[in-house]
Parts: sequence; structure tokens; C-alpha cells
Amino acid sequence: MIQQELIQENELKEMRQVYAETLLELATKDSQVIALEADLMSAISTNKMKSKIPDQLINVGIMEANMMGVAAGLSLTGRIPFVHTFAQFATRRAFDQLFVSLGYAKLNVKILGSDAGVTAEHNGGTHMAFEDIGLMRLIPNATVYEASDSTMLKALLKQSYEEYGVHYIRTIRKKAVKLYSEGETFPKGKGKVLREGSDVALIASGIMTAEALKAAVELKKQGIEAMVIDMYSIKPIDSELLVEAAKQTGKVITIENHNVIGGLGSAVAETLGENYPVPIKRMGIREQFGQVGLTDYLKDYYQLTSEHIVKEVRAFL
Amino acid sequence: MDLLEELEQIRDEIRLWTLKELDHLGFGHYGGSLSIVEALAVLYGDVMNVRPDQKEDPDRDFFILSKGHGGPALYATLAVKGFIDYEWLYTLNQNGTKLPSHPDRNLTPGVEMTTGSLGQGISVAAGVALSHKLAGRGSYTYTIVGDGELNEGQCWEAIQFAAHHKLSHLFVLVDDNKKQLDGLTVDICNPFDFVEKFRAFGFEAVRVDGSNMREIRQAILTGKKQTEKPVAIILDTLKGQGVPYLEEKADNHHLRPSKQDQAAIEEAIALLEKRATKEAVK
Repeated sequence: MIQQELIQENELKEMRQVYAETLLELATKDSQVIALEADLMSAISTNKMKSKIPDQLINVGIMEANMMGVAAGLSLTGRIPFVHTFAQFATRRAFDQLFVSLGYAKLNVKILGSDAGVTAEHNGGTHMAFEDIGLMRLIPNATVYEASDSTMLKALLKQSYEEYGVHYIRTIRKKAVKLYSEGETFPKGKGKVLREGSDVALIASGIMTAEALKAAVELKKQGIEAMVIDMYSIKPIDSELLVEAAKQTGKVITIENHNVIGGLGSAVAETLGENYPVPIKRMGIREQFGQVGLTDYLKDYYQLTSEHIVKEVRAFL
Repeated sequence: MDLLEELEQIRDEIRLWTLKELDHLGFGHYGGSLSIVEALAVLYGDVMNVRPDQKEDPDRDFFILSKGHGGPALYATLAVKGFIDYEWLYTLNQNGTKLPSHPDRNLTPGVEMTTGSLGQGISVAAGVALSHKLAGRGSYTYTIVGDGELNEGQCWEAIQFAAHHKLSHLFVLVDDNKKQLDGLTVDICNPFDFVEKFRAFGFEAVRVDGSNMREIRQAILTGKKQTEKPVAIILDTLKGQGVPYLEEKADNHHLRPSKQDQAAIEEAIALLEKRATKEAVK
């Protein structure tokens, strides 16, 4: 079941625990599954699995470029590598390796980019990826997801395991706001309508989905009906749903914890521009780098809270 | 025919067809293709377990040409070995070809990995070697890296990784032809002593005459006795190896031959063809 109203509670489990547990489950079931880490095992909680699957969890050390190459070599021999590091290392640091040795070579790899955007918090500007989705979208045939809660993360990991190819899953490490009940499915190339509405469509992903829902609840009090879509599958994107939402509302706002160039906002604007042009506002990072700070502070700083969304909607209508 | 004679014949064939395909195209990486001919002859002519009719055999040995710009020599080798038709060689780098300048695993039978962005193939080779080790397979993984390619930091990441994981079935052959695109390696970024460097990184390392197939083969056989360390074989080579005119030419990394170059290349082709005919008669 999809939660129509925002559940204010955080989940019981951190996203990193879900990653580690799902990986353990897959690795136990299939000896071809191998997890690669670049000295961030304890950050993503896979260190706790080491004794259970010693041969299927390799810490390569601080060498992301080599990690991508090793993943390619593992894939060449039929294995299914799951690679994790912080989003900026997984993408911009090792981009050519990812592009050539995995994408262009048409190999099979699952990449988890953690600490998405502002959730990199105290690691600051050097570690704050606002461009990872944009980079990954540029790799032909790569699949790009952003997970918004633990039910989704688990499902995306499992379906990426099932499907050959380059899959990138962007996530936060800590607790997300609970959005989905167990058993919910998240098909590739689809979005989830979390709330119907006819005045404006709010299209979000990751941690911004909960903010969009919160904004919709507030907007309803003000007499504005906002549709909310969790666009977890950023590539391929659900163009059918986007066109439908544009037809129903006539106005679209995208909200992302990412640069407005290259990410969700771009993907939505490109799709609607080609298929059903309507006025669009893109909320996200504009010509800025990251910085240190807590998530709440940074969300406010970059104008990504529900309050900012409400303000944006009112100005837009 | 003894093994060495057989290898000499394969070497000549590879060199002949490397020259023919580049000559047909009219330009290309002559220097670094010719410098790896002897190594390829030893690998594909003797030590490697690879056959065109068993391309997918999980127990086969793997070869990855990390210095992807040596592609023409690999293609010539694959033709000699029966993976592709000789006719294909005349399509090198032409529109729509299955033989692009840099190897592509999705286009050419026998090409195990897509390479060309330097530094990446050696990591992939390490991944393959790790996978085989984990599976308890006895097969070997070979990669040829360029001396210039070893400028790339990723190579040294892979080298550390391979040593740490004791990938004793990984052979890194360094084509030490002393030159990179812009000049001498020693002038651009001095590599110092490759043998010392590899040893310091935990490899078994040895330097051999890269034009001497007996030495290359012996180094591989000796390296196979290793059970703890990956093996680096530094091939002392020359850009343009085996074609005296090209060996002596200063700027021989990539060539768009002048009339004089062209005449020398065609002379080399004629010489190799004559030798090949003689060998066939024998």
C-alpha cells in the first residue's frame, strides 16, 4: 500500500542496514554475487557481513578507478558485482572507468552511490554529489534509480540483480521517512503517484519525495490540490505518467536533492518538452557547490524544504 | 618443426599482417603495435590456452590488451590464430568495421575486453584473475601494458590490488619500448626502473629482451612457478620492432607514412611475404 498522507515517522532501519542485509541475502543465495567496497565498508554497514561471506565481499582499498575495473573483470567471468562508495566517488571520480570498462564494454554491474546530495552533511562540498544522476544518465543504456525509502531500496537492489546491465542506485545512508509498505513493487521506467491532484504536479525523488508530500498536505489546507509523484526511475523515465500528470495539472514542479542540470528536473523537462510542453519549475541546486552542515540546515539553505515548495507552488499558480 | 621455428613463423605472420592492415588503412599506431608482436606470438602461439572453437570455455586463459592502441597487432594475431578471417584486417578502422583502432569485446571474436582508455585494462585483468582464483580455476590472465601507460595512476592501483590478493596467475607484460606519443618516456615522466618498482609493489619482476621469444617464453614458464605473487615481465622492446627502418625513425608512435616511409614499409612487407612463402614450402 502507498501512504496517501505523510507518515511523520522515520523508518526503523537505516538505509545502509537494508543495503547490507539485502546484499547478504543475494550473496547467500547466489555465489556469483560479489560486493566491492573502497574503504567505506563500515560506513555502509557491510563490514558486519564479512565473516558470513568472506569471499564475496572484497575491500579493494581507496582506489575507486581500480574498483570499477575489477568489477568489469568480475563481470567478464560471469559474476555479478555490487559496487558501493559515496555517490561522488562512484560517479565523478571513476567516471571514465565506469563509462568505458563497464558501460561501453556492456558489462553487468550494480552501483550504490550513498550519501546523496545534502545528506553528505559534515563531509561537505568535496563529498556532496549534486551531479551523480546527471553523469549516470549520460551513459548509454544505464539504468538510474533514486531510492526514497527502505522498501524501495530493497526492491531496487533485487530487481537490479535480476537484470543484466549497468544499474546505478542513489541513496542516503541513514533513516529515510517511511513511504511504502512491504511488498510494494517498483517497476523500472515507472513512477508512483502518491497523491492525486489537479492544480499542480510535484515530481520528486529520494528524500525530496517526503518533502513534496508534506508540502501537498499544507497546500490542501490552502485549497490547492497538488499531485505528488515519486519518480524513482529517473532513467528510463515514465513519460506516459509525466504526460498524464501534465495534462491533468497543466503545471509541473520538479524537486531534487541534485543539480537542476542533468538530474530529475532535466529529465522531466526533456520528456515533457518533446511530448507535452507545459510550464515547468525546477527546484534543486543551481550553480552551487555543497558545503558542511546538517541535512535540515542544508535543505533549508538550498530551498528544498516543504515550506519552500509551498512558496514555489503559490508563486507558480 | 621445433617450437621456436613454429613461433618464428607465427611472429612473422603477425608482423606481416600488422603491417599489411596498417598499410591498407594508410595510417595508425605502427610503433606500439610492432613492439608487442613477439610477446603476442609467444602467448597465442604457445603458452595460452585459447582456441577459436572454445571462445566461451570458462577454463580458458584470458588476454587483455591494456594498451589498446596496439589493437592492430592483436587483430593480426587473432587472424593468424583463426578467430577472424584475414580479409577482416583490411577493414581496420574503416566505417562500420568490426576492427576499431582500439579493441572492442562486443565487435571482434577473441577480443576479451574493450580497452583503449589507458590504465583500465590492467584493472580488469586483475578482476578476472581474482575471479578465477576465487573459483579455484587454474587458468591464467595475461595483460600487456605500455610503458607510457604506466604513467596512469590506475595501473598502480591495480598493481597494489593484485599483489595484495596474491594473484599469482596474473601476468603483466610491460611493453617497454621507451617512447610515448610525445617523445621518450624518460623525458616526459621518468619511469626509473620498472623491475625495482614492480618488486617494491610486491610483484615478481624480471626484464627480458622483448624481441627474443625464447626469453619471453622462459620468463612466463618461470613465473608460473610462483604461487604467491603476480608476475611482471618487462619487455625490452623498440617501437617499430622488427622493421629496421621504423625502429630507427624518431617519431614512430603513430604514423601517416611519407613516400619514403611507404617504400620502406612495403619493402618490409615484401620481405616478410617472401619469408612466409619459403616457410610454407618448407
